[in-house]
Amino acid sequence: MSSYFADFASLFEQFDVFQAFWVNIQLTFFAAIGSMLLGTVLALMRVSPIASMRWLGAGYVNIIRNTPLTIILVFLVLGVWSQLQINLSSDFNQNFFRYAVIGLAIYHAAFVCEAIRSGVNTVPVGQAEAARAIGLGFLPSARLIIFPQALRGAITPLGNTLIALTKNTTVAAAASVTEISALMKSMIEFRPDVIIAVFLTVAIGFVLIVVPVGLLTTWASRKFAVVR
Amino acid sequence: MHHKKKLYSVAAMAAAAALTLTACGGGDDGGDGGGDGDSVRIGIKYDQPGLGFSDGGEYTGFDVDVAKYVAGELGYSEDQIEWVEAPSANRENMLQNNQVDMIFATYSITDARKETVDFAGPYFVAGQDLLVRADDDSINGPEDLDGKNLCSVTGSTSAENVREEVPGVNLVEQSGYADCVTMLGSGGVDAVTTDDIILAGLASTDANQGQFRVVGNTFSEEKYGVGLPKGSDQCEDINAAIEKMIDDGAWEDALTSNTEGADYQYNTELNPPTPEACAS
Amino acid sequence: MSSKAQNVLFDVQGPRGRLLTLIFNIVGVLLVAALAWVVLGKLADQGQLQAEKWTQLFTARSWNNFFLPGILQTLRAAGLAVVLSVIFGLIFGLGRLSQLTIVRGVSTVVVEFFRAVPVLVMMIFFYLGIGRTGLVPPSETPFWAVVLGLMLYNGAVIAELIRSGVHSLPRGQREAGLVVGMTESQVLRAILLPQALTAMLPSLVSQFVVILKDTALGYIITYPELLASARRLGSGDGNILQTLLMAAVVFVVINFALTSLAQWLSSFLSYRTAGRTKPTTAPAPAAVK
Repeated sequence: MSSYFADFASLFEQFDVFQAFWVNIQLTFFAAIGSMLLGTVLALMRVSPIASMRWLGAGYVNIIRNTPLTIILVFLVLGVWSQLQINLSSDFNQNFFRYAVIGLAIYHAAFVCEAIRSGVNTVPVGQAEAARAIGLGFLPSARLIIFPQALRGAITPLGNTLIALTKNTTVAAAASVTEISALMKSMIEFRPDVIIAVFLTVAIGFVLIVVPVGLLTTWASRKFAVVR
Repeated sequence: MHHKKKLYSVAAMAAAAALTLTACGGGDDGGDGGGDGDSVRIGIKYDQPGLGFSDGGEYTGFDVDVAKYVAGELGYSEDQIEWVEAPSANRENMLQNNQVDMIFATYSITDARKETVDFAGPYFVAGQDLLVRADDDSINGPEDLDGKNLCSVTGSTSAENVREEVPGVNLVEQSGYADCVTMLGSGGVDAVTTDDIILAGLASTDANQGQFRVVGNTFSEEKYGVGLPKGSDQCEDINAAIEKMIDDGAWEDALTSNTEGADYQYNTELNPPTPEACAS
Repeated sequence: MSSKAQNVLFDVQGPRGRLLTLIFNIVGVLLVAALAWVVLGKLADQGQLQAEKWTQLFTARSWNNFFLPGILQTLRAAGLAVVLSVIFGLIFGLGRLSQLTIVRGVSTVVVEFFRAVPVLVMMIFFYLGIGRTGLVPPSETPFWAVVLGLMLYNGAVIAELIRSGVHSLPRGQREAGLVVGMTESQVLRAILLPQALTAMLPSLVSQFVVILKDTALGYIITYPELLASARRLGSGDGNILQTLLMAAVVFVVINFALTSLAQWLSSFLSYRTAGRTKPTTAPAPAAVK
């Protein structure tokens, strides 16, 4: 048993597990910001007065939400990078990291949009009517009245999207980014003797990242809840 | 009570659905698993154009041609061959669990593998090489790769080899060689690396003919063998069949027809190989 | 705000607004057209617009030998994963509602653990792990790795759905059951669960979309599903971008049908219960029979 723990420890010497997890965390961080921005714009489009905007927003959400993430990432690397030859960074590996961030942001923005829309649905009609009554147009009333309340009401679904994003960073290997799932594959390849330990290491790593995020969103959704 | 009944019937339906689905799964194999002597189960790649490729009921490629010839020599006609997909990671398992009788799937003979399976052959000696665009004459070996973009498959040893030898190379890792060849065609990468014959197979598909060149400067030696279950008694017969195939020209024909249009010349110093002595 | 309240957000546009919108639309279309022109030009330079790369997508060979078998494998894995994850979800969802602290504790740990681990990580583990046990024939290993990975993750999500579904029911339901002399577990099985299941049906169907989409991860562990067979077709014919696009379209069509079903179910079920239960923020309120 003690030798098994020694094997376990040697895993960390042989492979840079923390570095790989750090890549996942960085991917999560940047993609979260990106998808939040894009998702908010999409949500705004979906409730906007302009019909073409609404169609565009709805079309984006319906297509992206129903496409597997792997396909989106492969299209970015194989289509946009390789065919259109758009480089996002002069550093070769950084380029793929950025493509992975963009792919993750594009995909999760559809879910952020839906989360915010569900938040908009928690805002009482009277709020919007009152905003209109005092002469606010669409953008001012959205910015000042509706969205601040909607975002607070959307914390729980947004938190769920963030958790999904964290876990989906493992798919970034499809965009040539070396992160934890790629490392796990080679760890099992080279150290099949400790396969359970490898799995537990990766799994517990994710539990350690994901559970605090879950607790944080639960806390935040209570703290910032709009009391009605 | 009404609700209770309903719940049970839902559960029963779910269970029934599960059973049907698994039943479907089992039925897909077609074979009954046991070797009844009437057919031979041969493991090949299904996704490697030029070596082993499945297109509906049709199987093509150099591995497939060698397999057909060997099976013929062992007394099996073509319709007695049952083709089975043998992905790289599963090959040892499939042989150990008696899922296939033999494997022709770019299967390199190594000492580590010899501990769990037997090998006949080799029937071809491949080597790690580079595929470049036909009009690009600046790359003629790994030493020219400094500062260039190279594509290989995620986690493959070929990628690691080059990275160690030429630290200045930019490595893209994709999930398949076809992705790499697409990138090469569009100029995203300057070279693709893996075994020379795999590159030749990719470059000789209808769509890629004439566009690419296999550099022909191999920097490793991969002896493709016929994977057999440990303790198999067929090794000698298979070796004899391979020798016969080489002698009567069928080997050469199979090689040229499967790599046509790839601007590829196999390593004539090492090929055609002489089969090694069998294990037992 | 309900969906009909959307136009409460803004006044109907006047003539000036309509004109502005029209100009805006025209400019937008022109911009998109210009971008498309540049992109298509670039793709044409790369030879990606050659007719045979596209026409080949619509041949009987492509569909009979690649796309249809791929779709079949995707549906087969997704189908079994749906059934198994519902069973898994029922067991652990009820476990989390159990009166016994131990059962509740174990179920909570199991559910929280599998909800936190990425599906891909589980698939890779089972793929490389099952092979070594020899329990499953190697050719079926990828299939079971996909199914088990999907079952554990989505089962945990469904367990959560069941728990929150039961919790979102009006308290009177449980109390009424206890008053007429039923035990806690009778109340759960006969009163709460059927209503919770109805209420969670739309969310359940959305979860099935997730399952179907995630089977696409199976290509990484060599399961011959739709994405993998599209790649295979593309590698043989040198048009992998086009075949992947077709795979994406098939995924979108199947999932869009499922999503629409979920939306229809959701409005249908809430319509059936209108006025019977007070609206909550939870999924559509349960039907009271």
